[in-house]
This record gives sequence, structure tokens and C-alpha cells, in this order.
Amino acid sequence: MTEQAYNFAYLDEQTKQMIRRAVLKGIAVPGYQVPFASREMPMPYGWGTGGVQVTAACLTPDDTLKVIDQGADDTTNAVSIRKFFQRTAGVAVTEATADASIIQTRHRIPEAALGEGQILVYQVPIPEPLRFLEPRETETRRMHELEEYGLMHVKLYEDIARHGTIATAYAYPVKVEGRYVMDPSPIPKFDNPKLSGSPAIQLFGAGREQRIYALPPYTQVVSLDFDDHPFVPSKAPHDCDLCGAADSYLDEVITDDQGGRMFVCSDTDFCRTRAGAGHLGALAVPLAAPLTAAPPPHPSPTRGEGGAYPDLPVPGASPPPRGEGPGVGGRRLTSEETVE
Amino acid sequence: MYVAVKGGERAIDNAHAWLAEERRGDTAVAELSVPQIREQLALAVNRVMAEGSLYDPDLAALAIKQARGDLIEAIFLIRAYRTTLPRLGSSRPVETARMAVIRRVSATFKDLPGGQILGPTFDYTHRLLDFKLAAEGAVAPAATAPASAEPVPHMTAFLNREGMIEDEPGGDTVPPDLTRAPLELPADRPLRLQAITRGDEGFILSMAYSTQRGYGRTHAFVGELRIGLVAVEMDIPELGFAVEIGEIELTECETVNQFKGSKTVAPQFTRGYGLVFGQTERKAIAMSLVDRALRWAELGEEFIGAPAQDEEFVLVHADNVQATGFLEHIKLPHYVDFQAELELVRRLRAEVPAVQEAAE
Repeated sequence: MTEQAYNFAYLDEQTKQMIRRAVLKGIAVPGYQVPFASREMPMPYGWGTGGVQVTAACLTPDDTLKVIDQGADDTTNAVSIRKFFQRTAGVAVTEATADASIIQTRHRIPEAALGEGQILVYQVPIPEPLRFLEPRETETRRMHELEEYGLMHVKLYEDIARHGTIATAYAYPVKVEGRYVMDPSPIPKFDNPKLSGSPAIQLFGAGREQRIYALPPYTQVVSLDFDDHPFVPSKAPHDCDLCGAADSYLDEVITDDQGGRMFVCSDTDFCRTRAGAGHLGALAVPLAAPLTAAPPPHPSPTRGEGGAYPDLPVPGASPPPRGEGPGVGGRRLTSEETVE
Repeated sequence: MYVAVKGGERAIDNAHAWLAEERRGDTAVAELSVPQIREQLALAVNRVMAEGSLYDPDLAALAIKQARGDLIEAIFLIRAYRTTLPRLGSSRPVETARMAVIRRVSATFKDLPGGQILGPTFDYTHRLLDFKLAAEGAVAPAATAPASAEPVPHMTAFLNREGMIEDEPGGDTVPPDLTRAPLELPADRPLRLQAITRGDEGFILSMAYSTQRGYGRTHAFVGELRIGLVAVEMDIPELGFAVEIGEIELTECETVNQFKGSKTVAPQFTRGYGLVFGQTERKAIAMSLVDRALRWAELGEEFIGAPAQDEEFVLVHADNVQATGFLEHIKLPHYVDFQAELELVRRLRAEVPAVQEAAE
């Protein structure tokens, strides 16, 4: 079967219709997990099939798609999913958060505030926030029906009793409009405040678990906590070493085997935009610094990146990309260059 | 200086090219053809069709070739292809009582109408490596006999005449479709059977084995195991009658299980049922045991907490495409969440006096 033999955005229209119904139901009942007849996708379960199905059902030919994984546009799975939609839907793609009409994400909410008309699609591995307290779906559905969330509060309380703090760093549970307790997908709890009152539509797709849920724009989302132990979003206590941002979520990058490390924004588009605007972090190459002929030492490659740097231009051999701060050494490619 | 890692796309393309090369292997060795796989690795093809839920030996053979013999990967390829196919209609229920059997054995009777037919089975082979096969020798033709026109009725039909086994009347209810509707629990028996027949052979086997060893024992006898071709018929509305659209090979297993009876039902035998595409008798037998174990509630038996009795546990974890995807997804980058954990553990450790002292 040729690629042309597949429908726009891969899924057939009946399937999209079924998914859209689930999405609409989810929007009508914020935070409620709507069962849907998840399809086998040409990528494995657990790799974003829920998000991919939701994105496929929402995409129109006029959309501009951005795909991120861990906040970055260039992680292998983000590249793979973006490529899938380029092949099957032929839609425009971008790395710029503001230019995207649909953003599919795994594990992060972009740093830049989203606007009305944008859709943020989350990939969800385990949609049930009560799952690790109660393994049975039949039980947890009843607990949601009865709004019986005592078990969750006991768990959080036990954390405090044992550790002095709530020991959940990501996938931190939230309550939606005072009703459903919801799993925000494994985003770091740093991102939780961005869930609430967002002008964008937020859709959550769990393919293997066959669930879709949603947050319509301007939905109130509260991270669970106690009066005397209020929720604290946390991040590494550093500034970005590339763009100097003090308020973005940071990845810790190990730079040598002597304990050397640096902190960089996990949101690559945010970091690049800031660097382009002239913000420089402690380890960024200043704007005027000439590029040296000797390539800098590379840190260990990110897991799954193949360990090669084939897209890196030879330093000094290519002009700095448009609108890019040479602060990152002219090595970050524009979306057109990254995405063929 | 740090340089953001780039090149995911190139890395992916190169990985795919390398994979294709590895799949082909040493080019000095002749390439496997799809018909060779279909004809000579037929049991692998059958498993891929059964768990891929698509009866197409050629596509299954192609999937096995593409997957380098990784059957779960091949099953995944078939599932992903299957889900894009339009649904033209549904067939009539196949008549396994009219199966053209190549194998039919009953463990509960020495002989029975239709006879015991051993068929092409490994059962009584001695598991000695046949080194002659390494030399690619020709196979002597097996003895043949004319096909019997005698009907081969189901063994359970005989027991049923005495009321010795529970009745399982047919119905007009359209069974639910696992591939078109989300699995919602509790599931009825047709839905459970659908999930088990496409479930992972290893998982279903182990579940069945656990019932034999006491975790939800159901005392199963293989009432009958039959393998053969059945006709697939479809009602054509324009014609007003059913037309045979093809034949498929199936393995069917019916177990006969003890039942002590209850206040309202006299003691009688109960049934476990297995039906799987192709010659797949290990799976069909295992399926019938798991089916029977899952029926504890409707038969008024006790739930003893055995895994094979637990509908949610069995149905939700039986699918190897789901399981393998979720299992292997943990190799994707998780560094954002790991970073959050790192911060948390550092903070927690900073509050422990012993760690503070060690740091000083």
C-alpha cells in the first residue's frame, strides 16, 4: 500500500469522528476520562499513540504542527512523530511555539504562554491518577464516580509523614474545576501551574489505555496539597547556562566525568528564542566571539539520539542560521533545516 | 562548551538503513522468499495471523520477513495494517461442526463418531534433532487415504443429549467488537474470548498452566480438539442469500470441566472454549482453560484470587502489542522527569543528618 492510499492524517474519517466525539465529551466534562476505541497505530503503544490519534483527529490541512518530547523538538520520538504527520497529512510544521496551531507534547508544557486557538495535545501513558493506589479500573472508575479521593490525600499525607514533603516530582495529581482528580501526564510538577486558566485547549490522549480527557480553555486546575504543606513547583536552582533564563525548567547535562555539569532549558524553542534576542547564559559563547576551528568537546549524547552529530555544520563553514543567536555557536538549526 | 544534541532525524534514517541491511544478513546466503516463509514456517505464520487478528498467510509471512522473525513485531505490523482496512461487513458464524478436519482428537472417549484423526502433529515425535534436515533432503510423500464424507459432529453434542453438559444455545445477539469499541469491564464471554484469542500465546499458556497447578483449578479434559478448514459465508443483501467467500483454517478446542452444581442446577459438566486462526493447538487449549477459569462468577463458583480468574488482570494484560510497546517505551528519553526526581532526592537527602555530616 502506498502512502497515498492512507487517508489525510492516516486515520480513516470514521475513526476520527469517533475520536472527536470522545474529545468533545472530554471538553464537556473537564478532567473526566472518556473511553475511546483506540486504534493500532504504526508506532508502538507507549510511544504516543494516544496523542497521535488525538492530533490526527484535530488536524486540518491549514494547521501548523509542533511536536516536542522532553520540551525539545529534536528528540528522536518527536522527530519521528512530526515526520509521520508530514508524510500522512502534509501539514506545515514549526519549532516556534507561537506559530503552532497544534502542539503535541510528551512530558512538558512549553514555557511560552499559549494563546486562544492553540491546541496542546499530551501523550499520556497512565491516565488514571489513582492507578498506583488501586490497580483495578473497575474500582477507580467507581472512586471517580463517587468523588472518593480520600486515598489520594492519604497517600500525600503519608509522603509528608515519611519525607516531610510530598514526594511526587512529576505526574503530580490535580483537581479540575473542583470535581475530577486528573493525571496531568508525566510533566514535572514545575509545569502544573500552566495547566490552569490556559487560553489554549488541552487534550490528553492515552492510546494503550483507551482514554481521552480534556481541559477546555480557562479551566481551573489545582494541584493537590494541604494548607500547611502548599504545592511548590520546583526546578533545579540554577539559571540556564545558554540563555540565562531563571524561570524555565532546566535539564542537567553532564559534561565530563569529573562531576562537571551544566543546566540548560528543556524547552529548546524558548531557549533559542531568548538567545536570539541577546540573552546569554554563563556558558554561552558571546555574540562577537569568532567561531574557532577546533570543535568543542561534546557532552554525552542524549539517550536515543544515536550518538552521532551528523547535522552539525563544520564550525565557521556555514553562515549563522537566520534569526539565530550565534550564542549557541550557530549550531542550532532552524526548523526548515532540521525538518526536511 | 555544550552543544545541543541534534541530528535525531539523520540518526533515525541511518538506523533504518542499517536495520534493513541486518535483516538481509549475509548476501552470500540466498534470500528468504515470502512463499518460503508461508509454506515452511507455517506455524509462525499462524501465530501472527491469530494474534494479529487478520487471516492472510501471505501478509503474515511478509510481516515475519520484515520483522526478522520477531513474531511480536510481525503481529504488530499486521495489527497496524489491519486497523486501516475498511470493514465491508461481517460473515455468518462459521460452522465448525462442518469443518473439513485434518486433525481431530478427543481425550474423553476412546472412540467416537467421526473417529480420532491424529493429523500432522508433533505429539508423538521424539524430539531428536534431525540432522538430515540440515542437508535439505527431499521428503518422502506421506501415505494418503480418500477423504471421508462422514460428518464429524462435536463430541459435546453427544454429552448434551443426556444433559450431562451445560447447554450453550446459539443466539442472535451481535457480539461486541474489541477492535471497534474500548474494552469496558466487566466483559461478557464473547468479549473475553475475543481478547484471549488475540492475546499473547505465552501469556495465555502461562495463565492456563497456573490453573492446572492449583491457581483456580477447573479440572479440564480436552473433550475435543479439531483442526481444519471451514467455509466463511456472508449474507449478500442484494442476493438475499449467503455466499461462500473463502475458507480459513481454524483450531477449536472444547474442554469438559467438572461442576458440582448449585441449589438450582444439578451437577453437570461445563465448558471451556478455544478458537484460534490456523493450526495453533497450544493456544486453543490454553484459551479454553482460561475461558473456563474466567467463568467462575456466572457458574456461581468461588473467587479464590487466582490470576486466571481475574478478568481485569487477564484481559488487560493479554495483548502483547500493548505490552511490548509500553514495556519498551521506557527506553525513550525520560530526562525531564528524571531531573525532577533528581532534585527531589537531593532535597530529601539534604535533610538527612547523616548525609549532611558526610558532606562536611
